[in-house]
Amino acid sequence: MHAGASAATLPIHQSPIREPPLLDLIGISKTYPGVVALDRVDFSIRRGEVVGLVGENGAGKSTLMKILGGVVAPSAGTIRLDGRSYEALTVADAMAGGIAFVHQELNLFENLDVMGNILIGREPLYGGPLRLMNRPAMEAQVRPILARLGADFAPDAPLADLSLAQMQLVEIAKALSLDARLVILDEPTSSLTLSETERLLRVIGELKTGGVGVVFISHRLHEVERCCDRVVVLRDGRVVSTLAGDMIQHDQMIRLMIGRDLRSLYIPPKALPGETVLELTGVRTSAYPEKTVDLAIRGGEIVGLAGLVGAGRTELARAIFGIDAMPAGEIRLGGKPVRIVSARDAIDHGLFLIPEDRKRSGVLLDMPIATNITLPDLASYAPAFVVDLGMEATRAEQQKRALGIRAPSVATTVKSLSGGNQQKVVLAKWLSMRPRALIFDEPTRGIDVGAKGEIYALMRELADNGVAILMISSDMEEVIGVSDRVVVLHEGGISGHLERAQFSEHNVLRLAVGKAI
Amino acid sequence: MLKKDLGLLLLILIVGAIVATINPRFLSPINLSNTANLIGLFGLFSLAQAFVIISGGIELSVGSIIALLGVVFIDLIANVELSWALAVPVVVLLGVAMGWVHGMLVTRLGMQPFVVTLCGLLIYRGIARFYTEDATAGFAFGQSFPTLEWLTTGRSFGIPHSTIAFALVALILAVVLHRSVFGRYLFAVGKNEEAARYSGIRTNRITIAAYVICCGLTALAAIFIAMYTRSISPASHGNFYELYAIAAAVLGGCSLRGGEGSVLGVVLGTILLQVLQNLVNLLGIPSSLNFAVMGGVILLGVLADQQLIAYRQRASGAHTARTRASPAATA
Repeated sequence: MHAGASAATLPIHQSPIREPPLLDLIGISKTYPGVVALDRVDFSIRRGEVVGLVGENGAGKSTLMKILGGVVAPSAGTIRLDGRSYEALTVADAMAGGIAFVHQELNLFENLDVMGNILIGREPLYGGPLRLMNRPAMEAQVRPILARLGADFAPDAPLADLSLAQMQLVEIAKALSLDARLVILDEPTSSLTLSETERLLRVIGELKTGGVGVVFISHRLHEVERCCDRVVVLRDGRVVSTLAGDMIQHDQMIRLMIGRDLRSLYIPPKALPGETVLELTGVRTSAYPEKTVDLAIRGGEIVGLAGLVGAGRTELARAIFGIDAMPAGEIRLGGKPVRIVSARDAIDHGLFLIPEDRKRSGVLLDMPIATNITLPDLASYAPAFVVDLGMEATRAEQQKRALGIRAPSVATTVKSLSGGNQQKVVLAKWLSMRPRALIFDEPTRGIDVGAKGEIYALMRELADNGVAILMISSDMEEVIGVSDRVVVLHEGGISGHLERAQFSEHNVLRLAVGKAI
Repeated sequence: MLKKDLGLLLLILIVGAIVATINPRFLSPINLSNTANLIGLFGLFSLAQAFVIISGGIELSVGSIIALLGVVFIDLIANVELSWALAVPVVVLLGVAMGWVHGMLVTRLGMQPFVVTLCGLLIYRGIARFYTEDATAGFAFGQSFPTLEWLTTGRSFGIPHSTIAFALVALILAVVLHRSVFGRYLFAVGKNEEAARYSGIRTNRITIAAYVICCGLTALAAIFIAMYTRSISPASHGNFYELYAIAAAVLGGCSLRGGEGSVLGVVLGTILLQVLQNLVNLLGIPSSLNFAVMGGVILLGVLADQQLIAYRQRASGAHTARTRASPAATA
């Protein structure tokens, strides 16, 4: 409907094929110490083209985007933008070259109105020493952009009143007002409803007609299928394939994204799993109050909980552990129903959580290792009101040795440790008590490969000692490599169970997007 | 004892030495005893404030609590003729109740500590003035309470009892804060409430307890101060005392972000403030400049401390950079 109007204002080039690309990346590599994040990647995009960028977590998508945004400098390769060649872009180069990002997490001011956000830092002013904002001019500038996007909100609407999808449109409008020629959408549909997604896809079509290049990064392959002219598949830092036209197919993309040998992380259990230890019946979370979760985990098994970001996995863990209120449902531990309304209750029943955000929720960064380890169980170190510092140091020292925490002493502050050692401190905290069930939320995020192996070995050892383990993970290799059984969550409900024989990234991904295997 | 405390002690000694050289009366027994009395009175509620600051909050109603509970206490023993042995626990319990209400508003209802206690400051002051109809509360002519007066304003071996009470309270609070489970939890909640909650600490209870301890102890201070002044004009009694308390706590190493501080530091902070107060009197500086001197010293003290920390970090950063660079240079 708006297509005609905008095509008139921004006519499509007659022969887009001959025209040089908006952006051309040639042989871009990026190495970090010990890791090749990108390996000779070629990537180009033309005016009015929508290019999909797909790949698993860790395939190199975000590194590539950081290079485009001027945040990270490539180790090798050339970037051609706007007719100029660069070895590395600066943030200012990227902006001047017309590259605009719409990140998954929006960068907006909730306390301003729509036009205030769109024109932030570039507000038209009345002349004079007071530098007052010219609001009519702002509105005149913003209104046509919003109309072009088919926005259903006014320029002076407070941002806080908008839905997430509407805020996303504000970001896109901001990009257009900056005269962006290349808009990069990072997981734009991950938190949108179906109809909001439809509208976004229409807006992408609109940008395309207007001659803007769009990079569409998404895990939602059906949307990629629908809106992209070309799809670049990244795997382990390399472009494994570029699909165009009819070749853009859901299953084909999944095959290309996975296509590698899985290193075997699996340590088989010593014995068959025992009795059910942790049982959830009809559990609802406040994130998805309309869905219920039923799940039983036996002692000695590691159950992987997979799903897309936003599927409600962390929310489920927080509800079980008593951090968030649980609107409904029953938790049984060792067959007996337990009432958990605070983390203290969960801990007293032997149910522990290793949280996703280690630095915020897992450890007290400014405090010594010993203090962190004894915190949940401190009362047992204080037989007569006063904490027995000697006993605390001895027990912490034992845990430090048992888990191989590499630090000069237990008096070292946790802040100075590596990610892997910090995670071991979180584990040490729980293992100095007697766990019956453990929930690991992204147990190895931001941890180097060596420490990962140690943590997997520890998890298996715990399971072999009869502990029930639920492992939430977005790392496909980890889910498939470590779990005895996988449960997949989709929009708050369980979309399927997989036994080891059925394990494949293909199956997990299909269930994660809500399809049958 | 931390370096910070040592620095503070050094500052007190230097300021004391300067004042003593200019005016030898500083070291006269009567002046020392008076200063010690004031240190005791101000120290009680400064320690109280420190508990709330370490929990990550702030208590602005200290001065008004001292005024309100002061007039209530005097009214109870002078007019209602309640036995002081009953009036003391009643007043302390009133303080505890106020602290509980503050804590509940902050935790359960999620209000900001600054707002809650600012309202407390206004409300209690207003009630105190209404309660006495803005008149001065005091004892009738010839009314006396020998035991109570001896306990609160008397001296043993030349040491004012307020100072002894302060020392005892400081000793108990030092054990509670630095050695008990509760103290450890208080630091954890102040430092990172979320991580504390994930470790099974009932963070709301800890925060409420901090306000209860603060206001309960302030109530005790209110009794000592009321017995010291013997008459209370509710419009001005205890004005700005919350700011003395915050200043002493900050000088003593408490971070307003929470999770840092020590009893020893607050004790030294209180002493420094009172020595400065004394300095203004003894050196013939116009007493109107009192607050300006205090503000200047706190500003310089905190600034010097921060610069020193930054300097040390730069020095140690340069050191690690050198040690890291040296093997590369030899290789």
